[in-house]
Amino acid sequence: MKAYKWAVPALYIVFLMLPIYWLLNMSFKTTNEILGTFSLWPQEFTLSNYAKIFTDPTWYNGYLNSITYVVINTVISVSVALPAAYAFSRYRFLGDKHLFFWLLTNRMAPPAVFALPFFQLYSAIGLFDTHLAVALAHCLFNIPLAVWILEGFMSGVPKELDETAYLDGYSFWRFFLRIFVPTIAAGIGVAAFFCFMYSWVELLLAKTLTSVAAKPIAATMTRTASTAGYELGLLAAAGALTIIPGAFVIYFVRHYIAKGFALGRV
Amino acid sequence: MNDRTANPRAWWFVLPVLVLVAFNALIPLMTVVNYSVQETFGDNVFFWEGLKWFEQVLNSDRFHESFLRQLAFTGMILAIEVPLGIAVALSMPRKGPWVSVCLVLMALPLLIPWNVVGAMWNIFALPDIGLLGRMINGMGIDYNFTQQPVAAWLTTVLMDVWHWTSLVVLLAYAGLCSIPDAYYQAAKIDGASAWAVFRYIQLPKMKRVLTIAILLRFMDSFMIYTEPFVLTGGGPGNTTTFLSIDLVKIALGQFDLGPAAAMSLIYFLVVLLVCWIFYTLTMRNESQ
Repeated sequence: MKAYKWAVPALYIVFLMLPIYWLLNMSFKTTNEILGTFSLWPQEFTLSNYAKIFTDPTWYNGYLNSITYVVINTVISVSVALPAAYAFSRYRFLGDKHLFFWLLTNRMAPPAVFALPFFQLYSAIGLFDTHLAVALAHCLFNIPLAVWILEGFMSGVPKELDETAYLDGYSFWRFFLRIFVPTIAAGIGVAAFFCFMYSWVELLLAKTLTSVAAKPIAATMTRTASTAGYELGLLAAAGALTIIPGAFVIYFVRHYIAKGFALGRV
Repeated sequence: MNDRTANPRAWWFVLPVLVLVAFNALIPLMTVVNYSVQETFGDNVFFWEGLKWFEQVLNSDRFHESFLRQLAFTGMILAIEVPLGIAVALSMPRKGPWVSVCLVLMALPLLIPWNVVGAMWNIFALPDIGLLGRMINGMGIDYNFTQQPVAAWLTTVLMDVWHWTSLVVLLAYAGLCSIPDAYYQAAKIDGASAWAVFRYIQLPKMKRVLTIAILLRFMDSFMIYTEPFVLTGGGPGNTTTFLSIDLVKIALGQFDLGPAAAMSLIYFLVVLLVCWIFYTLTMRNESQ
């Protein structure tokens, strides 16, 4: 029994990898081959799908747009969440507990509920179809997430650290930036990773708030799928490329992912 | 959040967060409330309708059906993902190079954009060009998720299991890793069975993380939109039209703003209510 224990995770990983393999397989095939023959690996191996994405501006701009608003969102979310999380973890003030829970309720709001009002709001203030609009809209669920994660990490740091620093004559901001921020660097990394991730995978709001100039890659894909008919190879290649940023950053936070999902509370 | 000093000026620290989130949450929410009690025929002319839309939505068969569909879907994925996630976490290695391999590969589906997940499963499950579709049909079972309601359901559930079980695995695994070796040694000395170890050591230690996992999976599966929309488009017929898909159809497709807004509020309140009950019960358990 014990000797075959590895089989469970191994089979599970195989199950996870099969659809991804199929996507990669498709991305190296020509459209004719996809529709004409069924094969477990590409018979006429081609890189033309990828070449098209890297040379056609409507495609590669989609990636640039997505990355732009994701980065703006991550920077905004983490930088405003840092002082707030510190306040929640160190101070008592009027309404703190209610505020803390109210923040999280925004993580529970179905994006479909907000799609139309968001469109009207951001059109009204003239930000429609800009990267900033999507970045700000994603703050709705990313700021609460960042506050909760950072608060969890900060509460793990003993208060004596703060008190010692004040006794040593540090001003608040000098202590905060020079000592406290480096101490919870891992927490900041995790919070940034989660903001990056949720902004990267979300599509409904990103699609609603953009038309041409800031169109995310995911929306470019949906349009191709519906208008250009059956360009499945191209679609598969575009999909495969969206996996890369995640796969790249995940290695650095692998031991902290669970802690992040538990909002810093494992 | 215990052992904190009173400091009213801490509000300044929270202010930027409050402004940004309130801007994004309160203004749209008020817009929704506004629509939910009024009727419009365009040109920004509105008429007061009171609770008419709420009554209409609550009495409509269409809402009942998509609500039940949503409950069934959420129930099904929770019933599969939680036990499966625990089982995988229990048999994962605790140390060595394989830990990183497992963690990275398992976390991969969580970072794929949701429409790509839908598109990927679409080409994976299509009966003519997809690996899964070919395999099932090859076994002599007639399977086509674009035509058969049952197949569409099973494919959607399988896709969600593929997408999100790793969340449960990662959280359960983190809970298991926090159990000191001494506990297992004590159990060994007492001659405890594997089931007893699970029931009295591992499960209690995982309780906290599992609560979070179930809460997250409930919330996110109740809001699911993009993946089934790309995979099945809510079809065949209405068979995989979950709440969010139905809502977007009414709001942006038919542009029935009143009913859509009323439905939004009912929908949001249900999610909030369930999460609040869950949150309170957990907090009560923890303080005991």
